[in-house]
Amino acid sequence: MKVLSKIYMFLIFGMLYAPIIVLVLFSFNRSGSFNEYSEFSFYWYKELFRDSTALDALKNSLILAALSSVIATLIGTLAAYGISRMKNRYVKTAITSVTNIPMMNPDIVTGVSMMLLFAAASAIPFLTVEMGFWTMLIAHTTFNLPYVILSVLPKFKQMDKHLSEAALDLGCTPGMTFLKVELPFIMPGVISGLMLGFTLSLDDFVISHFVSSSDFKTLPLYVYNQTAHEVKFSMYALCALMVFAILLLMILVNFVGSGKNDNNKKKKRQIKRRQMN
Amino acid sequence: MKRSFLEKAAAVPHIVWMIMFIVAPLLFVIYFAFTDAAGKFTFSNILNLSNYGDIFLMSVLFAFIATVICLLIGYPLAFFMSRLKPSTQKVFVLLLMLPMWISLLIRTYSLLALLDNGGLLNSLLTALNLPAVKIVGTPGAVVLGMVYDFLPYMVLPIYTSLSKLDIKYFEAAEDLGCNGIQTLFKVALPLSRSGVISGITMVFVPSISTFYISQKLGGGRFDLIGDTIERQFLMNNNKNVGAAISLVMMILILISVAVMNRFGDDDGGELIV
Repeated sequence: MKVLSKIYMFLIFGMLYAPIIVLVLFSFNRSGSFNEYSEFSFYWYKELFRDSTALDALKNSLILAALSSVIATLIGTLAAYGISRMKNRYVKTAITSVTNIPMMNPDIVTGVSMMLLFAAASAIPFLTVEMGFWTMLIAHTTFNLPYVILSVLPKFKQMDKHLSEAALDLGCTPGMTFLKVELPFIMPGVISGLMLGFTLSLDDFVISHFVSSSDFKTLPLYVYNQTAHEVKFSMYALCALMVFAILLLMILVNFVGSGKNDNNKKKKRQIKRRQMN
Repeated sequence: MKRSFLEKAAAVPHIVWMIMFIVAPLLFVIYFAFTDAAGKFTFSNILNLSNYGDIFLMSVLFAFIATVICLLIGYPLAFFMSRLKPSTQKVFVLLLMLPMWISLLIRTYSLLALLDNGGLLNSLLTALNLPAVKIVGTPGAVVLGMVYDFLPYMVLPIYTSLSKLDIKYFEAAEDLGCNGIQTLFKVALPLSRSGVISGITMVFVPSISTFYISQKLGGGRFDLIGDTIERQFLMNNNKNVGAAISLVMMILILISVAVMNRFGDDDGGELIV
């Protein structure tokens, strides 16, 4: 049974990873075909970087991911703070359910609904809405928001209410309490929300597909356009680079997250010990 | 204690953003679904949807088959993972999450690199003097793409609910005379129901709404709901019909998610990020 289960796991994980590994391996294949592996080379990577549209797309993707994740983190962290302090249960439930809509809805519906919003908005006189950077930024911030709130809100719930009460008693204003007591405690949640948002934005294709124009292309959109007609090995190189980037980000997220958690656990243990004494 | 101004105002930017960019867009979907190109109120978009009956049926069928296969493959995987040493479990969870973080577009494309006519599989077969197989462009390829892309979304929630179970349940079941299969059906499955249900939702929803999987792996031969919506919006420029199809799909999904959640435990399905 043990052996069988190991074989089974190996097979399924093999199936999950085989295509990605093939793609990465063959992105280094000079011959640019699957028929022969002529030699290991960075030829297709060089080819990729000679393509200025690819570099533009990379720049656009990074700018968009950074901006949308930062905006979503700012709005979302404040929102999580506000939601955690709400007294009215119904208002709270209403807000969290609406927040979760972009997570529950299929991406294509979110994308289409955004497109319709922008189409309708351009009917308003004196307001020109053109698909491009701004529409992309709004869309990406919107689908990042629920993930930020999802990672920050539990931190507020875990937090001991007495800590902020103590800060207020000792003369902090609510604003100072937020900055000096609450923010440091929720920081791990904020950072993982930020990174999650950054990754989601970098990865998104479906929603961007509906709110973009040819002036402002991100990497996934560029890959989609390039792969519409023929197979290009420089696209394999690009995909391989994106896989590496995600791998790096994921290692970072887990490293940061688990490190902080361990610290918290240690701190809690110390506090408990002190209380017992 | 009175709430301070900060506490009251903190959520306001988010609420404004939500109303403008979540609620309003959905209202526009409804608005466009019930108007014609000139902006007049009409039911014809919704009534004409019967033309798309085959597409809806095929999409539901493909997504259903993919979900069932994901469940059949994914449940044992989640079960085996939950029985590993805790440190090994952590590694496998990471291995499972990595593909979820890689863009679906890239993963679909990498699957295409493997299966395409000039892809690795056929190159290998030719090298071995075997006849090439044509996989891309068949219904099987589309379902395979869905299974491949969305399998981790099935495994992770099931694993989460299984790993919370005390191993003593299984020991007790064995002590009381259950064999492996009985333990699975009488103990593990009922206790991990919430995970199974969120897994099913998380595979079914993206499967039924996908368009690039069917475009890439179906060789453009299969029109699913997603393809139809995409075409109405970006090629035919018929926003009203597109909105009507989106609306109906959204309502179908909401109903099926609500039905699924009724079968779930009181804690509901956990969403895995």
